Amino acid sequence: MLVNNKKMASVVDSTSSQVAIKGRSQWQDAMTRFRRNKASLVSVYVLTALVLISFIGPSLSEWDHETIDWELTGNAAEMGAPSIENGHFFGTDDLGRDLFSRVLQGTQISLMVGIIGTIVAVLVGVLYGSVAGYFGGRIDNFMMRFVDILMSIPYMFILIILFVMFGRSVYILFIGLGLFSWMDMARIVRGQTLTLKHKEFIEAAVAAGVSDINIILRHIVPNLLGIVVVYTSLMIPNLILLESFISFLGLGIQEPLTSWGALISEGAKTIQYGTLWQLLFPLGFFVTGLFCFFFIGDGLRDAFDPKDR
Amino acid sequence: MTESIKPIFEVNNLKICFDTADGEVQAVKGVSFKINPGECVGIVGESGSGKSQTFMAAMGLLAKNGRTSGQIIFQEHNLLDLSIDQLNHVRGKNMSMIFQDPLTSLTPHMTILQQMREVTALHTQLDRAATDKLCRDWIDRVRIAEADRRLNQYPHQLSGGMRQRVMIAMSMLCSPSVLIADEPTTALDVTVQAEILDLMNELKRESGTAIALITHDMGVVARMCDRLHVMRYGEYVEEGQAEQIFYDPQHQYTKMLLDSMPRIDNPDRKSHHNLIPIDESKAAEDFLNVDDVKVHFDIKVGGIIWPKTIPLKAVDGVSFKLRPGETLGIVGESGCGKSTLARAVLQLIAPTGGCVSWLGKQINGLSREALKDKRKDLQIVFQDSLASLDPRMTIASSIMEPLRTFAAHLSSSEMQETVMQMMDRVGLERNMINRYPHELSGGQNQRVGIARAMIMKPKLVICDEAVSALDVSVQAQIIELLIDLQAEFKLSILFISHDLAVVREISHRIMVLYLGRIVELADSKTIYDNPVHPYTQQLISAVPIPDPKIERQRQSIKIPGELPSPMDPNAQLKFLPSKRHLAAQGYKPELIEHSTNHFVAEHDAIEVLLAAVNGY
Repeated sequence: MLVNNKKMASVVDSTSSQVAIKGRSQWQDAMTRFRRNKASLVSVYVLTALVLISFIGPSLSEWDHETIDWELTGNAAEMGAPSIENGHFFGTDDLGRDLFSRVLQGTQISLMVGIIGTIVAVLVGVLYGSVAGYFGGRIDNFMMRFVDILMSIPYMFILIILFVMFGRSVYILFIGLGLFSWMDMARIVRGQTLTLKHKEFIEAAVAAGVSDINIILRHIVPNLLGIVVVYTSLMIPNLILLESFISFLGLGIQEPLTSWGALISEGAKTIQYGTLWQLLFPLGFFVTGLFCFFFIGDGLRDAFDPKDR
Repeated sequence: MTESIKPIFEVNNLKICFDTADGEVQAVKGVSFKINPGECVGIVGESGSGKSQTFMAAMGLLAKNGRTSGQIIFQEHNLLDLSIDQLNHVRGKNMSMIFQDPLTSLTPHMTILQQMREVTALHTQLDRAATDKLCRDWIDRVRIAEADRRLNQYPHQLSGGMRQRVMIAMSMLCSPSVLIADEPTTALDVTVQAEILDLMNELKRESGTAIALITHDMGVVARMCDRLHVMRYGEYVEEGQAEQIFYDPQHQYTKMLLDSMPRIDNPDRKSHHNLIPIDESKAAEDFLNVDDVKVHFDIKVGGIIWPKTIPLKAVDGVSFKLRPGETLGIVGESGCGKSTLARAVLQLIAPTGGCVSWLGKQINGLSREALKDKRKDLQIVFQDSLASLDPRMTIASSIMEPLRTFAAHLSSSEMQETVMQMMDRVGLERNMINRYPHELSGGQNQRVGIARAMIMKPKLVICDEAVSALDVSVQAQIIELLIDLQAEFKLSILFISHDLAVVREISHRIMVLYLGRIVELADSKTIYDNPVHPYTQQLISAVPIPDPKIERQRQSIKIPGELPSPMDPNAQLKFLPSKRHLAAQGYKPELIEHSTNHFVAEHDAIEVLLAAVNGY
């Protein structure tokens, strides 16, 4: 019934004679659980393949993303269809540019926009939000009012000013997206931190003398990962779409460079002329990419939650 | 009881299993029992024994993945075969259920009267006026004062005890023949528990309602039940008349249950590890000295634009000294400020006033950095063992956490070794290091919590209701562990609990708190043998004793009225009505030395108190 010392001793003996169990860190555990999730593992492979193709692919094609095939110009509907013979694997766009190269080039840009914007959002947003939420009081007020002020400025306006001041370039686009993408994340994380910080295990950590910064990094952030990962997997597609909108306005990515969003909107415009491939190829890449992000997000969320179902 | 009496509720070979991701789980493995009219049958068992599921099945409340076989016969119907529609005619009307948590079982946005009307409308054909009269009658019968006002209030405006009374009134509205009470008093304070149990007893006598009482508390069973069934792992291990089971238990498990139940009348159990007496030579040393500590919270009341701030005095001037190696038990009902006091001692909440000194040095008002060194010697074990562990950390890293703060020079393998040794010490197997808190039982998690608190070999550990959420058998083990650890590490313990029987076992001295003030402080033997303050007497007499004969003969001391709100200026003078006229000047009862080392707060004699309450 009670802590039977003899029994305990025999248990200790029998277990210590076995191979000692090694301690595992939280990250190791998370990786093991992630690997068990087939869908997200496949998604990682597909996404890696997508990235590889987008960099290697253009060298396989005789056409690059900006050269116009003059033979086909203006005649895309009849002659620009996908074919192996003339080297346009995915066909051409209305101007006669090779769609294969353009889709791959667009893949590079879109993935970069999505991933860099997200990294900024996650790093800045999570730290900012958790610090504000954890310390609370005046610090929280000050930090969150600052976010409120930033949020109330129309970001399009700032983006346009940035583009006008520094010229149109991909880098300015990244900076612009990064500047704004973290704020929603910070708000969500702050809200979650507020509920987390009154949990007993945080109190236990304070009582154990753990410093504030370690409490945030060791206890709060890992417990936020679930919601952060889910929100991130929703944010990547949003950023990709936002970029296509900015490009559509004539800012952001400029011809001849292109992106998934730009290609899809072009393809959608010309669908009435029967050039279905102009829509379907970029759309296929887009959908595949997003699916991968969703599945990976799901897998990560489950992996970081030890209570796996 | 003769064989000719026909049972009103009969269960034959009931089996319940749940389909889960880990395969089929058999929650109930074929139980049979019957309840005769007007008797109280107890179903006793620890958590997870399947005692609630039996009745959930009868009420048609099983979770969706549950499957049943067997028979539950009530009024010549097999309840398991009835459709939801047919079942609705039976449940609520002829058979009703009260649950453990009265707040979650009442709808928050409806007044009490509306909720009661809903029940009557479903099952009776009474008109509005008759319904309201019936509701009022029942509210009166469950002894809720000011029935008319209470009926139009919302659940959150009532106290826990009152909500449970409302639940009982609601379930009795249609005069059911069977009342199922699922841990009806577990969430309540002892004094309230005593009142609710009395009320149920009275209802049973007056209206002849049969009661099925599901509980883990042998004391409650001793007071209430005629017959009882002891359940473990979905099976009945023993059944019979209450006396027979209490005085002549046959099954090993029943014996163990009875044995691990702490008894307020007899602290010296056979298996009990004895507390080591305090080393008086060291007693004069400055150890922990708490002097007139106050914790006030500002509460905003009324006024949307200009709310008034009123201080809520959670702890209002508490002083005590703790000696090395001593255990001081702190008892009191919920809301008396026990936990706040503990946190104020540890500086987890900054005290509003007063002084906490540790080894002769004041520690309140210190910066966080300066406090960090002290924290090494001051540790806490929490009530909810699961919530106090980071769900994303393996238990080994949770235990290791203090080491990473205070012994950062150790290599990770050395830390791991220390953790392993500590795990051995608290009775956790070494191969569990990679487990997560949710994979362990409550008792194991509490061992993790204790290991974490003990790993730096602190001088003082505060146990904040550390065993309250555990099953009795586990509770006994944890208490043994604490006593052993105390002997080994020369620990001092502040042991906070609402359970007076548990506190008695582990404490050298005991302090009774009432609304943030000490009402009595004495050696534990003195306080139980010779309680002086009426509040202490009331508390002690309300604790049920797991012995039917003693329990049924005992007269409990009752001072009517609920625990007053700490915002009420008269609250402090509840036991001192003769000085109530001084309340406006903020008069508070003084602590007087009644005999050597036995301090009692000023109070009037109990006869005066009862007279004052009755004439109030």
